[in-house]
Amino acid sequence: MTDAPLTELGVIELADAVRRGQRRAEDAVRAHLDRIAALDGHLRAFLATQPEAALARAREIDETVRRGADPGPLAGVPVAVKDNICMRGLPTTAASRFLADFEPPYDATVIERLHAAGAVILGKTNLDEFAMGSSTENSAFHPTVNPWGADRVPGGSSGGSAAAVAAGQAPAALGTDTGGSIRLPAAFCGVTGLKPTYGRVSRYGAIAFASSLDQIGPFARSAADAARLLAVLAGPDDRDGTAAPEPVPDYEAALTGDVQGLRIGVPAEYFAEGVAPEVERAVREAIDVLAAAGARVVPVSLPHTPYALPVYHLVATAEASSNLARFDGVRYGYRARGPVSGPDDLIARSRGEGLGPEVKLRIVLGTFALSAGRYDAYYGKALRVRRLIQEDFQRVFREVDLLAAPTAPTPAFRFGERSADPLAMYMSDVCTTGVNLAGLPAASIPCGWVEGLPVGLQLIGRPFDEATILRAADAYQRRTDHHLRRPALPAGAAAGGEAR
Amino acid sequence: MSSNAGTEPAVDRPYEIVIGLEVHVELTTESKIFCGCPTRFGAEPNSQVCPVCLGLPGALPVLNAFALEQAVRAALALGCRIQERARFDRKNYHYPDLVKGYQISQFDLPVGYDGFLEVGDPDNPRRIRIRRVHLEEDTGKSLHDQVPGASVVDYNRSGIPLLEIVSEPDLRSAEEARDYLAQLRQVMLYTGVSDARMEEGSLRVDCNVSVRPRGSETLGTVTEIKNLNSFRSVVRAIEYEARRQWEVLSAGGTLQRETRHWDERREVTRAARRKEEADDYRYFPEPDLLPVELAADWVESIRAALPELPGARRRRYVQALGLSPRDAETLVADPELARYFEELLAAGAGVRDAAAWVLTQVLGLLNAEGMTIAAFPVPPARLARLLALVDEGTISTTAAKEVFEEIVRTGAEPDAVVEARGLRQISDQAALEEIVDRVIAANPGPVADIRAGKGKALGFLVGQVMKETRGRANPQLVNSLLKERLGGG
Repeated sequence: MTDAPLTELGVIELADAVRRGQRRAEDAVRAHLDRIAALDGHLRAFLATQPEAALARAREIDETVRRGADPGPLAGVPVAVKDNICMRGLPTTAASRFLADFEPPYDATVIERLHAAGAVILGKTNLDEFAMGSSTENSAFHPTVNPWGADRVPGGSSGGSAAAVAAGQAPAALGTDTGGSIRLPAAFCGVTGLKPTYGRVSRYGAIAFASSLDQIGPFARSAADAARLLAVLAGPDDRDGTAAPEPVPDYEAALTGDVQGLRIGVPAEYFAEGVAPEVERAVREAIDVLAAAGARVVPVSLPHTPYALPVYHLVATAEASSNLARFDGVRYGYRARGPVSGPDDLIARSRGEGLGPEVKLRIVLGTFALSAGRYDAYYGKALRVRRLIQEDFQRVFREVDLLAAPTAPTPAFRFGERSADPLAMYMSDVCTTGVNLAGLPAASIPCGWVEGLPVGLQLIGRPFDEATILRAADAYQRRTDHHLRRPALPAGAAAGGEAR
Repeated sequence: MSSNAGTEPAVDRPYEIVIGLEVHVELTTESKIFCGCPTRFGAEPNSQVCPVCLGLPGALPVLNAFALEQAVRAALALGCRIQERARFDRKNYHYPDLVKGYQISQFDLPVGYDGFLEVGDPDNPRRIRIRRVHLEEDTGKSLHDQVPGASVVDYNRSGIPLLEIVSEPDLRSAEEARDYLAQLRQVMLYTGVSDARMEEGSLRVDCNVSVRPRGSETLGTVTEIKNLNSFRSVVRAIEYEARRQWEVLSAGGTLQRETRHWDERREVTRAARRKEEADDYRYFPEPDLLPVELAADWVESIRAALPELPGARRRRYVQALGLSPRDAETLVADPELARYFEELLAAGAGVRDAAAWVLTQVLGLLNAEGMTIAAFPVPPARLARLLALVDEGTISTTAAKEVFEEIVRTGAEPDAVVEARGLRQISDQAALEEIVDRVIAANPGPVADIRAGKGKALGFLVGQVMKETRGRANPQLVNSLLKERLGGG
């Protein structure tokens, strides 16, 4: 494996080769930068890259290895970071016109942890503006193309990160997941994406969409690689009061390949109408693989599942309406030009001009849900139903160790197919939002193909039991090769010489 | 409108004023409520800020545990019940000095509730109920007169911990409101929760004022006067506003429920710009902060460590120490002065002497020098020694005043000053008898007067003895020796 093209190596392979001095971080970073240069004119996964900084950092890592020291578990691993995670050195835009020129004066906790583990950040990836969307079409700058089909969206909102990992532009990436924004693009792009338990990873530095739902998580091309990344990202943080004190287990040690006796629940409601038959077939075949490996498959019911999507949209928009209030044009970001009649005018015009239509739609919806006289009927009721959804999960997790379901009801759709109809777009999240409302960890891994497009298997675990999700995902990947397939990319890709 | 409204005696009015106060107190903490920035007053604008208190994208609040403890301490000192599970909420509104577009505050689960403060005569106080005590963050400060043609904002204050203390509408006059504020301020100072300096804005007051005909039990239309920053403004604004309301009502008009501002210069209240719709702050639970469990044993440990509070101390001074209510109030009003008095007692001074000295000599000197007790150079034990010298008869009261001035000036010990200046009182009977006989012999005229029953001349002879002894003779002894020899008395 040590002579394989650098852009084909996974996180663990690459980091361990760099640590042993078999591969150089500088070469690895250069190979990925080259591949970005070759492919990104077509994919447009990145909003910005930092080649000089990345190469300088890579040389430091190589120097550390030469000195005989260990640069860390992600030594020399190039990472792409969703552009709603604050980082010094480049703008952090959240794919919004409002923040087009905003350079944070600080690094998010996850950025600090990646650096401390020896990772090298290549650049910032595209997303739906402020992570609001399921296709990355809501980016204020440009859409991102799904590496598996030039006419297909990569999913969203972390579409740039998922596409970058699928296309070999980076072996790993960070995303954020508020209602499915890691898992959906992971499914659409055929990569492994993990949304950790709420509180498992510090949110400090992630531009908030819905604070009670947001989590940062990793993308990689295997569950084992995701385990290595999660171990670096996870853990308490004195800058985030919602980051949990629970100890971080050794996720890689949990990857035994053994699922003997593991009880896997299959929730009937996640296979309801709207889920494409080919998707259902692929997911059930994947469950059969785990059953054949010794897992016990148990039919279960999560009766409040149909309410998850509307509850999610009330909670998320309400919190978003408040979280995005800070973008007022007073201290940073977009400011309306020309004379203003006073502070209200300045704020209204800056927001009116600087924020995109989907963002404004959600701010209006959330403001409505919280407004006097409507709180109880909307936000208050949503909180009560959220509790019922949480209780559904608590109940089934007394009988099973893991849940298996589709990540998305369909494979990646075409550009423009759903962007005119918000409700059709929101249906993309029908299988993912319940997990955020309950604060649970869940992964999406590729489990099959429909007309050449990947299908995602979603594995949902108990709170803080990412280890079991990763063990099952890894066991599945040891027995199948869906995660090893790479997209055929257009001519420019050949310039990198490493695409198959 | 008369600007003398503030002096009109309450009993003459045909109406009753109903007042509720919302007081914002800056808590004394080293760092801000949700970040590590310092809270020092008067720093260079925007020099005490960070991503959190500037509300930068991605920054998150983390609760300062000491701010919470200070809030619990204040709530306990105000007789509040403490919430078992307190929660923070977001109050949403836009203003340039509000960095996040919302203020982190507490809505339905404040730290403390159902408290009270007593005002008026310590022997027959009136209990003013406190509805709630909650913790919140301060905003930045908009400055409209620093840069020509522009408004600028100083965010140093953004995120300073504030306690909001909301009374029920139990106050019935501007003077009572002032008394309530004075008591509240004392509680803050005694507990060390706040320095409560109105001139630095660390104690700010909103007044809810309404009027009603005497004897009526229904509440009138309330107006809110925002952001008063001196006791005097509070009194005058309430008096003005009540009178304005009564005049509107008397003329058959109706009042608006509205916010008004106090114009310090003209001494009138003015309606604030009215918004198209009522403020809707869209409160909802702050998802970035977990609810806070206030464990009963922790709360009890704070309660147990509370100092004697000003109300209790005032009562004790009057009832147990026998001080006049006025003297008690003067001592209690300044916790440092009261502490000095307490230490004087602890060092052995008698209550009466200690109170007299603190209230006259010490306070007189502080006022004359514009000094606080904290800067007073004589430690209580040293002053107690001086008082003991008088009490023992070692020096006279007159000499004591001289010694006092000297120990204030030089920091010397009283005994040393007495010795150095030869101020020791002559109480030796034999020595004094000799001097007394000499004075009698030298003053036949006055002696004859006394013998003729003119008592006034005795004072002259005492004065002569004092002159002979350079003031050191024990005056009681001189008196009795003179009377013994000259008869009478």
